[in-house]
Amino acid sequence: MKSGTQAAPDGAGMNRTGMITSPLMGPEMTEGAAAATPSSPGGPEQLLLRRAEYISEGFPLGSPPPPPVSLEGVVEGAAQVVGMTTGVGTLADKLSERLAFERTGTRLYEALINKVETLGESRPGPTLAELREIRDEELRHFHLVREAVTSLGGDPTVQSPCADVAAVTSLGVLQVLTDPRTSVAQCLQAVLTAELTDNAGWELLVQLTRAAGHEEMAKGFQAALENEARHVETVRGWLAAMLTEKV
Amino acid sequence: MGLDIFKEKGVPLDKQQFTWRELVQAPTSKLDDDAFTRVRIILMNGLESEAVRFSHACARMNRELQLPLARVRRIDHHQQTLVNWLLPADLSPIETTLAFEQVAIEVTASVAEREPDPYMAQVYRFGLLEDFDHLYRFSALYDRVAGGDANNIIQSYSDIMPGRPTSVEHRDPADDLREYYDKRKAAPLTKLHAATITAAENQTRDYYMTIGPQFADPVARQLYAEIASIEEQHTTQYESISDATETWMEKWLMREAMEAYNYMGCSQYETNPRIKAVWDRFLDYELGQLHFVMELFKKVENRDPAEVLPAELPEPVEYKSHREFVRETLAREVDLRADGTQFVTKGQEPERSLAYREQLNSEGSPSETVAAGYRWSPGTELAAADAALGKGA
Repeated sequence: MKSGTQAAPDGAGMNRTGMITSPLMGPEMTEGAAAATPSSPGGPEQLLLRRAEYISEGFPLGSPPPPPVSLEGVVEGAAQVVGMTTGVGTLADKLSERLAFERTGTRLYEALINKVETLGESRPGPTLAELREIRDEELRHFHLVREAVTSLGGDPTVQSPCADVAAVTSLGVLQVLTDPRTSVAQCLQAVLTAELTDNAGWELLVQLTRAAGHEEMAKGFQAALENEARHVETVRGWLAAMLTEKV
Repeated sequence: MGLDIFKEKGVPLDKQQFTWRELVQAPTSKLDDDAFTRVRIILMNGLESEAVRFSHACARMNRELQLPLARVRRIDHHQQTLVNWLLPADLSPIETTLAFEQVAIEVTASVAEREPDPYMAQVYRFGLLEDFDHLYRFSALYDRVAGGDANNIIQSYSDIMPGRPTSVEHRDPADDLREYYDKRKAAPLTKLHAATITAAENQTRDYYMTIGPQFADPVARQLYAEIASIEEQHTTQYESISDATETWMEKWLMREAMEAYNYMGCSQYETNPRIKAVWDRFLDYELGQLHFVMELFKKVENRDPAEVLPAELPEPVEYKSHREFVRETLAREVDLRADGTQFVTKGQEPERSLAYREQLNSEGSPSETVAAGYRWSPGTELAAADAALGKGA
């Protein structure tokens, strides 16, 4: 592997964040802070109480979309879209979440492929062919959910509240993957976070789809779940192998 | 309708008060609120930001005005806080960026359509086609890096396609300055427009300069660096169209009128009742501030504010899609370039701008890189990708 990404040497470095790098000023600072008196009584619960005021207001992130309306203003396929866009929207919400997650997942793997292509493959660790295979599976899963949403009369371009939450949750993973300074192992750790979440998401989606009576769709999702379970184990394996080699 | 700004006194300054709880209200919904609610929030944040910026500059040059400026500025600052904090935390920096560009497109288009001075209207159309291109570049970034669909933010009101390519927007400073309106002859609307768009562009520059380094992706960092540079050019362009011989007090008076004018427009178009109440409250605050400055103007300049201000506020910015206007402008004027203060065809661009651009782009163009071969399509370009990949699990 090229030295690229300036992977930190295993030995001593220049990290200044800890107290031990400031043997004189560190104790002075600690002493000063301990001697100071807080300006208000109470503890961390005060912050929580204030946050609770806002929670109590009950403003949600957002809601499901209204039923689709044609140009003439007539609700289209009203019977079919019940549960997708109105009423109990849990399945629709979670489908939208998976759709967005798989789409972002595709981009995450593209970023990882980009890194491995640049630095070169290493053993132990993922090969480009293996990463491309997972990337293609993420894209297939995205299309699978997209078709499912469409078949239920939903709008696959909607960002549902759960999809929005998933995007916020994924922001950190995305930052790690697109940062040119992160190592392949650091990226794999972030991808593992995404894959574990994704795996649990597919499990839930299979359950919800079955509960809603869409057995055929659930079978397709079950196959995706099996793929995703393999992704988790594969990523976990790469990471463990790369790190244990260094210990 | 017209608002008689001499008759309407608004809320007196000493009654313009806040608590922290009021300043930090529940934000709007990224998913459920209309895109134009977000557009208005971003625009008004920009206007309040400009009010504070102007006030500080004025204070540094006018010792005797420092206290009255500080009084009004403190309220402006808190107004800006309340308005800006209406943006929700799930609106990520890149998503907020998309909304900023939508402001630049739709508000500038409305201004360009309404502007009575033909040269000024041309200036706005020139800038509009550049911001239009930025939306396309940032949409490509959002799609290709985060797997996001820009239209979740844009809500189909604005087109996402190339405008005047960002890579050719880089110009020598001598080609960014424009002719300016004559303070004695210009229509009030011309002055209101100039102050509004200058504020909007300046806050865009400031926002990109703040969030650019928060991106991990080096191409994103490059793109923000590149487009922030254009926003700096746009601020240079738009501030140059105001008459620099206006006195500090004349400018202050017109800025207060401009804020009232824009809060009035926000209120007229607002669809979220909770946010409309904010616009109404702040329209009354601005009228109060305007009257405070009118009195000051009489004392400092010994003149009647009516010499500077219009009797009534004109029709406001239209918060609607300007798709047809933008497309027509694009078809006619995408190849315009600047030669000094004049607009010329592509082949007539001065060597100084060509050389400046060639040097800046000599190690690659971020805006071209990020959008190489990019076409926005519903649900991202992955939705339009090889359908064969979508089959089976």
